[in-house]
Amino acid sequence: MTNKNLLSVEGLEVHFKLKRPHLFASQPTLYAVDGVSFEIVRGQTLGLVGESGCGKTTSGLSVLRLVEPTGGKIVFDGVDLRSLGADALLDMRKRMQIIFQDPYSSLNPRQTAGDIVKDPLLIQKVGNPKEREERVSELFTLVGLQANQKELFPHQFSGGQRQRICIARALALNPDFIVCDEPVSALDVAIQAQILNLLCKLQEDLNLTFLFISHDLAVVQHICDEIAVMYLGAIVEKTNRKKLFNNPRHPYTRALLSAVPTRRSSKKSNRIRLEGDIPNPVNRPSGCRFHTRCMYSQEQCKFEEPQLVEKQPGHWEACHFETTNL
Amino acid sequence: MKNPTLKSENTVLSVENLCVDFEIKGKQVQILSDISFSLERGKTLGIIGESGCGKSMTALALMRMIPSPPGRISAGRVVLKGEDLAQASEKRIRDIRGGEISMIFQEPMTSLNPVFTIGNQIVEAIRRHKDIGKSEAWKEATDLLDIVHIPAPNRRVHEYPHQLSGGMRQRVMIAIALACEPTVLIADEPTTALDVTVQAQIFDLLNEIQKDRGTCIILITHDFGAVAEMADRVLVMYAGHKIEEGTLDEIIDSARHPYTQGLLRSMPEIKVDPGDIRESLAEIPGVVPDLLHLPEGCPFAPRCSFVMAQCQDLPHYMDLGDNRSVKCWLAQEDSRTKEQA
Repeated sequence: MTNKNLLSVEGLEVHFKLKRPHLFASQPTLYAVDGVSFEIVRGQTLGLVGESGCGKTTSGLSVLRLVEPTGGKIVFDGVDLRSLGADALLDMRKRMQIIFQDPYSSLNPRQTAGDIVKDPLLIQKVGNPKEREERVSELFTLVGLQANQKELFPHQFSGGQRQRICIARALALNPDFIVCDEPVSALDVAIQAQILNLLCKLQEDLNLTFLFISHDLAVVQHICDEIAVMYLGAIVEKTNRKKLFNNPRHPYTRALLSAVPTRRSSKKSNRIRLEGDIPNPVNRPSGCRFHTRCMYSQEQCKFEEPQLVEKQPGHWEACHFETTNL
Repeated sequence: MKNPTLKSENTVLSVENLCVDFEIKGKQVQILSDISFSLERGKTLGIIGESGCGKSMTALALMRMIPSPPGRISAGRVVLKGEDLAQASEKRIRDIRGGEISMIFQEPMTSLNPVFTIGNQIVEAIRRHKDIGKSEAWKEATDLLDIVHIPAPNRRVHEYPHQLSGGMRQRVMIAIALACEPTVLIADEPTTALDVTVQAQIFDLLNEIQKDRGTCIILITHDFGAVAEMADRVLVMYAGHKIEEGTLDEIIDSARHPYTQGLLRSMPEIKVDPGDIRESLAEIPGVVPDLLHLPEGCPFAPRCSFVMAQCQDLPHYMDLGDNRSVKCWLAQEDSRTKEQA
């Protein structure tokens, strides 16, 4: 089946039922992801940006069904992932992998680097022992590690090298699609550049499709083709990277952009400052989820939830108003 | 040549040739080598570098909080208003910590005590340094919470750290640090654990406090963006050495040390008009050296793309005038011509 989009997600919902505070209370629900839709074109990168607790990681995990979604549809290369049984899902996982945020806690300290990278091959029963060994050596070279480092344990590597091991593990099964969950946020800047360049190069060489989750707008701008901005479990703005940075529409996106410290101090005036913190996803605000912190908030925003609509060609926004000219 | 240290009437704190040694596995390892800088009233100094470069250790050394043993200040002076803290008695230092110099730590989650209310923790700091009664101290604590813009301070003062969000906890940390109106406020990565919108709020707050009280701030960070937001002067550190110092504009617009240049280039920056093609970022090859096995000569030489024979000797500070210095042989020409002229 030839389809431009490798992955399309429609109305994805992940609601967690929490413990009752007392016996007769109603069970509270945490709305981690609440109706998220996006598509990723084959060979491209979609960036998911937002502050902590906005549901970006949960979205990434639930796309791979590492967290079971409670609603919505996930279509990967024409197959509805939510309808798959355990065996079919395991088969599908060959084609979709994940790189986690923290290279310190996502590697088993008791396994050697070589065994860690070999694990996916064993689980999926790929090849014979000799072929597997060769594949591991090949992967080590691919991500810029020495083949003789296979016998070392994770603690003998630096942060950047550990992230390379994680990348090698994700690439082991020749996947089409990789979820990168904040792959560089735990690294030093100079190392961050090395890993970002590696990811870009691998994407071009192996024709990979990325879902790139990050809170760092500069990194997202660098690596992503399309960008979706999330706030409290929903996408508030979605467009390509040129439009998002050139012409941000949603008040939250603009506040987020102006909060990023820049090297040039000239922009220090006309800042948009958000008051307060991100609300609790258990007691979401009614209406527009951003209205408690929005400077353009009106009566309507308290009651009516805005839908994500295409305000300009290729530029989607969830807001009742045109706030760019205010 | 001696380190250039500006001496002016406004100088509050000056650090002169500070060296810190650690004894590791029976071996003396120098983890801070010859650090000098001075801090003027109401100004902010940014100290920038990668993890393990010694920036937090510099802050700890100022307050004599280096774990000892294994660490010790082996040379140099820390002069605060004419008094050398490196030689001061333990009793005097306890008065200075939290009184004259106070510190905001990186993790507001772990640096507050979970079993006491935030009011209790602020009052403890106030009553350690000021001779005032309990009720007065509590009133002052509430006022401090108001100064750091915590809503409903009368109620919040009786709450526990877990009841507050990350940004609020950092505000409480700032309130504790401000309790005794310090002359110098050291902020050690104050916003690393926070989201960008909250980070912006904290920077605004620090700038406001500095404007109102004339506090000197030392901002320790790995983020050039944060430095640009806050600092007047910048000091770049690498492997325990101060490798470059200058004003914010000098460092950002005309960095001289190859490491500073590399650090600036390797950071992706938000552009209003990003091009259609992804450019690859400049990398600094290799990793930060292990302080136990430092190379001979310039510590950056193994990763430097301009490395030359002379780099086998440790460069001294090249004075470029106006209190700007670089620890690199490449700047030698400029500093010499200055001297002749």
